[in-house]
Amino acid sequence: MNVANIQVSETPLVLYALRRADDALILGHRLSEWCGHAPMLEEDMALSNIALDLLGQARELYSYAAKVEGKDNDEDRFAYLRDVRQYRNLLLVEQPNGDFAQTLVRQFFYSTLADLYWRAMTASSDATLAAIAAKSEKESAYHLRHASEWIIRLGDGTVESHARAQAAIDHLWAFTGEMFAVDEGERALIHADIAIDPGSLRGRWLTTLSGVISEATLELPQTDWMQQGGRSGRHSEHLGHLLSELQSMQRTFPGQTW
Amino acid sequence: MYTQALNTAEADDRGLEDAAKAVQFQARIDGEERIEPNDWMPAAYRKTLTRQISQHAHSEIVGMLPEGNWITRAPTLRRKAALLAKVQDECGHGLYLYAAAETLGTSREELVDAMLAGKAKYSSIFNYPTLTWADIGTIGWLVDGAAIMNQIPLCRCSYGPYARAMIRVCKEESFHQRQGYEIMLTLCRGSDEQKAMAQDALNRWWWPVLMMFGPPDATSQHSDTSTKWKIKRFSNDELRQKFVDATVPQAQYLGLTIPDPGMIQDADGHWRYSEIDWTEFKQVLAGNGPCNRDRLAARRKAHDEGGWVREAAAAYAAKRAQRRTAQAAE
Repeated sequence: MNVANIQVSETPLVLYALRRADDALILGHRLSEWCGHAPMLEEDMALSNIALDLLGQARELYSYAAKVEGKDNDEDRFAYLRDVRQYRNLLLVEQPNGDFAQTLVRQFFYSTLADLYWRAMTASSDATLAAIAAKSEKESAYHLRHASEWIIRLGDGTVESHARAQAAIDHLWAFTGEMFAVDEGERALIHADIAIDPGSLRGRWLTTLSGVISEATLELPQTDWMQQGGRSGRHSEHLGHLLSELQSMQRTFPGQTW
Repeated sequence: MYTQALNTAEADDRGLEDAAKAVQFQARIDGEERIEPNDWMPAAYRKTLTRQISQHAHSEIVGMLPEGNWITRAPTLRRKAALLAKVQDECGHGLYLYAAAETLGTSREELVDAMLAGKAKYSSIFNYPTLTWADIGTIGWLVDGAAIMNQIPLCRCSYGPYARAMIRVCKEESFHQRQGYEIMLTLCRGSDEQKAMAQDALNRWWWPVLMMFGPPDATSQHSDTSTKWKIKRFSNDELRQKFVDATVPQAQYLGLTIPDPGMIQDADGHWRYSEIDWTEFKQVLAGNGPCNRDRLAARRKAHDEGGWVREAAAAYAAKRAQRRTAQAAE
């Protein structure tokens, strides 16, 4: 690992796997920041558990990206030796934890789609992606249930928790549009039945989302403006700080085995 | 992770108890029977165990902090996942132990409040900082190693729920210990820089780890009752010696030096260590360790900032129950 940043040959399939791997790693990393600091021990356990699932998904997807790319990259080189502009995750997942409501709303927005997405991806014509999906869909179903229950508890709990949950929804809503964006390369993978068109999941995503939000006595914002850029490496300022922490050992002691 | 041998038995109050019951109770203990939550027990036995189990639980929870300090900086994804899973295990131990303590009649909230108020103790080892990645290896290897030494006998503790909790906890701890040793092995087979990092961590942790077994037998005043009740089966010094004997060959295999120039192996093969600086131990216990304030502050912050979440959960549960009752009445 004696290089500053690795070069990645981002063919459509490599890029596709990397994007999902980055989503899972960055969201898992964010959740792991709670470990030891959650509002109750049960949530220290639950958030760590979800983080571990996501980390596991990330590792499988990175390994697959490395295999498809066929160079000497591996999961750690992808995670530790790419700079902020090379990361391909959604802006949503890099947003700071904020309070518990913000963490759970972020998780809820993500998991509502992840649940549908991984279920659909079990039918992928790519055997590896289908296998990863078969494992991930079970995990995502649990993540969604956990997040949904909390959204309802917070929304329909106290005046304070309601206000915090609503504020988190209002704040994070603008990062949801990017989840459904598709570029040229992905379009080709969709045509080859390797990938799923996320747009085809949007209706069901919104139905599930609205159901929970309404049971929680909360509201979805009316604004349509959506932030984009994560998929092509134009991130928020938050990601650089996350990476400087995540990558600190590999950057400080390059080329060593741990 | 572990609670150190801070536990002092409550003064014997059998004078106030039914003498016949007390005799029967001791006969059950002597016959290696397990005492269960609904069984009669002397008030002092209950109090001693509540304190010991809750201190153990607090140690698991506070113990999440020094290792949690490296979750976001673990050097590889494999190490990151293993560390996160390990710290999650510690949390599980804490929950499990609070539940065991609750069977004695004190709620988790009360126990946690006592810890946050600084009234209840947790293991002093967690008042030391984790400065480098090697500290994570060293904690697994030595701190968890010491914990296992102490906890294996607790699997036969006379109080059933505690003994059963320890069986499960010990299994996980032994996995953690191997994981820690493997981190050390990787470092010691690595670059000079990595090996120096490993040695530095051993230098900093060695003496505090020896202190985990508690004060020397000569000055330990209250272990008689705990021994009689079969809560404690080995003395602090016996366990400490056992640990040192097991650990020295492991350090030699790693090629690391135990930071005790006076250490010698006696004719019976025991590794005899130098005098422990008990002044340091007392200082850390008194709240003057490098991280005492940070650890408590972190736990208090998590508790305070999580207050509104716990209130929301309670409020929602109450509303739901109310709605169900209303529905049932219709």
